[in-house]
Amino acid sequence: MAIVDIFLLEALLNGVLLGGVLALLSLGLNLIFGVIDVVWICYAELIMLGMYGMYFLYTVYHAPIVAAAAVCIVAVAVLGVLLHVLVIAPLLGAAPINQLLATGGVLFFLQSAATVLFGIEFKNLGLRLPVLKVAGMFVSYSRLLAFAAALIGMVLVYLFLTRTYTGTAIRAIAQDRQIMPLMGVDSRRIYLITSALGGGLAGLAACLLVLQYDVHPFVGLSFGPITFLICVLGSLGNFVGGFVAAFVFAEIIALGGLYLDLEWGYVFAFAFFIVMMFVRPEGLMARRS
Amino acid sequence: MLTLSSVRAGYGSFPALFDVSLEVRQGEAVGVIGPNGAGKTTLMRVVSGLLRPSGGTIVMEGVDLARTASHRIVELGIAHVPESRRLFPRMTVEDNLKMGGFTPAARPGFRQRLAVVYELFPRLAERREQLAGSMSGGEQQMCAIGRALMSEPKLLLLDEPSAGLAPVIVEQLFELVKRLRAGGLTVLIVEQNVQQVLRVVDRAYVLKTGRIRAAGAAAELLASGTIRDAYLGV
Repeated sequence: MAIVDIFLLEALLNGVLLGGVLALLSLGLNLIFGVIDVVWICYAELIMLGMYGMYFLYTVYHAPIVAAAAVCIVAVAVLGVLLHVLVIAPLLGAAPINQLLATGGVLFFLQSAATVLFGIEFKNLGLRLPVLKVAGMFVSYSRLLAFAAALIGMVLVYLFLTRTYTGTAIRAIAQDRQIMPLMGVDSRRIYLITSALGGGLAGLAACLLVLQYDVHPFVGLSFGPITFLICVLGSLGNFVGGFVAAFVFAEIIALGGLYLDLEWGYVFAFAFFIVMMFVRPEGLMARRS
Repeated sequence: MLTLSSVRAGYGSFPALFDVSLEVRQGEAVGVIGPNGAGKTTLMRVVSGLLRPSGGTIVMEGVDLARTASHRIVELGIAHVPESRRLFPRMTVEDNLKMGGFTPAARPGFRQRLAVVYELFPRLAERREQLAGSMSGGEQQMCAIGRALMSEPKLLLLDEPSAGLAPVIVEQLFELVKRLRAGGLTVLIVEQNVQQVLRVVDRAYVLKTGRIRAAGAAAELLASGTIRDAYLGV
């Protein structure tokens, strides 16, 4: 009986660690949706590019890993800005479906471009991080590191959103975009900053995920759909909802993986999502209007 | 201070203002009254830049507002308290006030302005950490006016400030307008509450179906039959 409890605790702990990374992923997507009112369907493909960036900088060009991570975060932030300027901004006045299709197009464009440029082989950093044994439980160091970094990233974003004028404007614009000029806020500038922030979060996620997963042109499919579903489950655009939903999802995956296979964890998580769409279609943290 | 000459504006192909000319002088309180759908809110939106005019000129202290980016108009000293307040409902009172003082010019004086607003509205000081959307209508109106004052405006635009408020609160609100004026603020106020607003403003314009139908000193308008005519459409 005691042995089962240790496994259960280990699964719960791994769920929390996974939840931290999923929460980071959903925060980026939620920020973009909450502020700009557009879903970056290609969000996970930005992460894929960031992972390739890490691979080339660290494995091929032998840059120190922290420097490589810093470059990656900035580079993906720039990609976020480019995505906004080249694709989103011209379509801001268009129907939502057009914006969705356009970012969907960017998804396939990036996948194909990555296939052409990088090939379809799986690549990794070749790092072998140790597995820690804590109180009889096995916890991978890379997961722990990813969790800690994700948490720090989210705390920094929280401080930025609550302590600075620009951050306050980002929260305000998500609540009433029409009156922003009355506050003296240039919405276009806020959109650019938010796109850079969303891209930067994707870059950070890339640095953390590449510690645990191989990178290939279609790796975005492993993170994109689940990130989107987490955001929907937590009520799209609601930062706190996304945070909570990420941990709910992660625990379902971890516990499902404990009693069956890891793949079953995902089956349960997506089944849970579908059921929730019937029970609470407006999401876990829906606001009363 | 503010001069509108032959301003036209509308939404898409639907015109809402035809050839509106009016003037607000430094230190004055000016009212714009008229029935529902007369174009009063459109007039306010055109001044603050939320809506661009399709013709005519709007000049604030020598600056053409139609050629000024809408988010720069507040920097010229115009603060607009929009219809139905439009607070950020899920942000605290203090964050709402912070947004009011967003412009680079207003930031250094934030603490000082905040103290002024809290002195004017002690109720807001008590509720500084409360979500703006959870307050009563009167408190929200105070917060909306406080937010506008945070930018240290020269001209305050009030759009239907009394709408939806209890009579006691409405009375307090008009008292407040008097106090703000006494403090040197110029006020342009749009109201349906005709009798009360005419006791606060110096002059008023009667707007109907997008045109100025009458103008004059508040006392004269109150005494004459102009207003009744405007409302009854005679």
